Amino acid sequence: MNLSRPARLLFRLVLAAGLAVIYVPLLVVLLNSVNADRTFGWPPSGLTLRWWAAAWDSAGLRDALWTSVQAGLGATAVALVLGTMAAFAVQRYRFFGRDTVSLLIILPIALPGIVTGIALNNAFRAVLEPFGVGLGLFTVIVGHATFCVVTVYNNVLARLRRTGTRLEEASADLGADTFTTFRLVTFPMMRSALLAGGLLAFALSFDEIIVTTFTAGAGVRTLPIWIFENLFRPNQAPVVNVVAAALILASVVPIYLAQRLSGEVGTH
Amino acid sequence: MSAQAAEAAGFRRGLAAFLHRRPWVRLSLLLSAPLLWLGVAYLGALAALFVTAFWTTDTFTGELVRTFTWANFRDLLTGEVYRTITLRSVGVALAVTVIDLAIAFPVAFAMAKVASPRSRRWLVIAVLTPLWASYLVKAYAWRVMLSSGGLLGWGFGLTATVLTLAYLWLPYMILPIYAGLERLPDSLLEAAGDLGARAGRVFRTVVWPLAFPAVIAGSIFTFSLSLGDYIAVKIVGGKSQLIGNVVYDNIGAANNLPFAAAVATVPVVIMLVYLAAVRRTGALENL
Repeated sequence: MNLSRPARLLFRLVLAAGLAVIYVPLLVVLLNSVNADRTFGWPPSGLTLRWWAAAWDSAGLRDALWTSVQAGLGATAVALVLGTMAAFAVQRYRFFGRDTVSLLIILPIALPGIVTGIALNNAFRAVLEPFGVGLGLFTVIVGHATFCVVTVYNNVLARLRRTGTRLEEASADLGADTFTTFRLVTFPMMRSALLAGGLLAFALSFDEIIVTTFTAGAGVRTLPIWIFENLFRPNQAPVVNVVAAALILASVVPIYLAQRLSGEVGTH
Repeated sequence: MSAQAAEAAGFRRGLAAFLHRRPWVRLSLLLSAPLLWLGVAYLGALAALFVTAFWTTDTFTGELVRTFTWANFRDLLTGEVYRTITLRSVGVALAVTVIDLAIAFPVAFAMAKVASPRSRRWLVIAVLTPLWASYLVKAYAWRVMLSSGGLLGWGFGLTATVLTLAYLWLPYMILPIYAGLERLPDSLLEAAGDLGARAGRVFRTVVWPLAFPAVIAGSIFTFSLSLGDYIAVKIVGGKSQLIGNVVYDNIGAANNLPFAAAVATVPVVIMLVYLAAVRRTGALENL
């Protein structure tokens, strides 16, 4: 576009300012995790790794992290199965109510989390409690899986749309049955889409707090619940800050993986 | 091959052939689990919640009274407090959307039309990365910055809530607008310039109308995510209350699920109205 030099400069400045707005708060958290001042006085009076050591030793924190990993893996597994099934049904078949299926899958993330949360809470207590199943890790996984399906569904759907059915037909013509074709042709084609969808599902579950609040019951504490509980306790502030800093550093991992995945797709 | 293995292989082949000949069996099998989970269990839970909104709780025993009544919705509509909180929530959601739009549009434009094509990929990653950082961490970052003695030190309240929410949902606004602007051919902008339009006019008559569906798509995210939020306002909002807090308090402290259910329909209805209003712009295909 024919923009004047000052205009270009202005837009570059805007871009830099926008990125600064996005990154400064995260950098503040990272810096505060080594701030020697317990109350995060600004500027930091000195640097220390004391809080990182304290976080490492916190048993409650480790339990919460482990619970979050379990919940994330469980929800991701369910989402992978349900999302793939639904994506195949919608992409490969024409049937009455096909659009409704898509809508149904998007609904749990389109509605406010609190609506999904109290609806599930109400249903669990009405349906599961008579069987002696209380709120716990199981209900958290069910709740998370409900809104994680959409990420796998979207990724697999896009992949199926792009690949078409030609290779599968060729495989059938060469004598492979439905299962062999799936194992040798369809599944390898979908692998990176499943990985991307699964990654998103795990991240979504790992970060979720609202639905978790209503499906976890008293004993189960995921990492976000732990953070939220300790957020308002002044003496826990440095440890909470370390957790926040660690999560910021960890958020680079999925970006790296996503880049690798898209690179893999690009070489095909 | 043992007899047992041969039998298993034969069964497998038979099953494969059976499935191959009957597409509707395959379809039913594929749809069974997702529909049982989302269609029966989840929709059922939502429907049950909606029905609950027409019940009441016995103020004395706390038990549910399962008789149909409009009482919850009447309280909701006539209660001065609830009207104020609803208006406040919509106001916060609107303010967040406007702030995000004001920041996101120039940033997205600079990314799509000013930055070199090579640096674009990295800019997208730079905007995308904070999306993976935890929601709580980002809200917490603002709590630290806004608290007295922090980097900004402006204190907590409704303004702090708006700023924090705007920060949280900013990437959701930048990315659709960026995608929309990237699709916009440079030649259109050059043609407008060649025909004598100045920058302001090009923006008004070419860029904005073509990017509008993307803007709406972004606003759906920022608006709906703000409307349902009650965590950020607890972290940086001080004593402020939004719709989400009313729902939360009615479930926890007040133990009044029917009223909470009735309140929870408010953001859903507002969102449905909003979605119906923007459907014609074609924004829903931009999501």
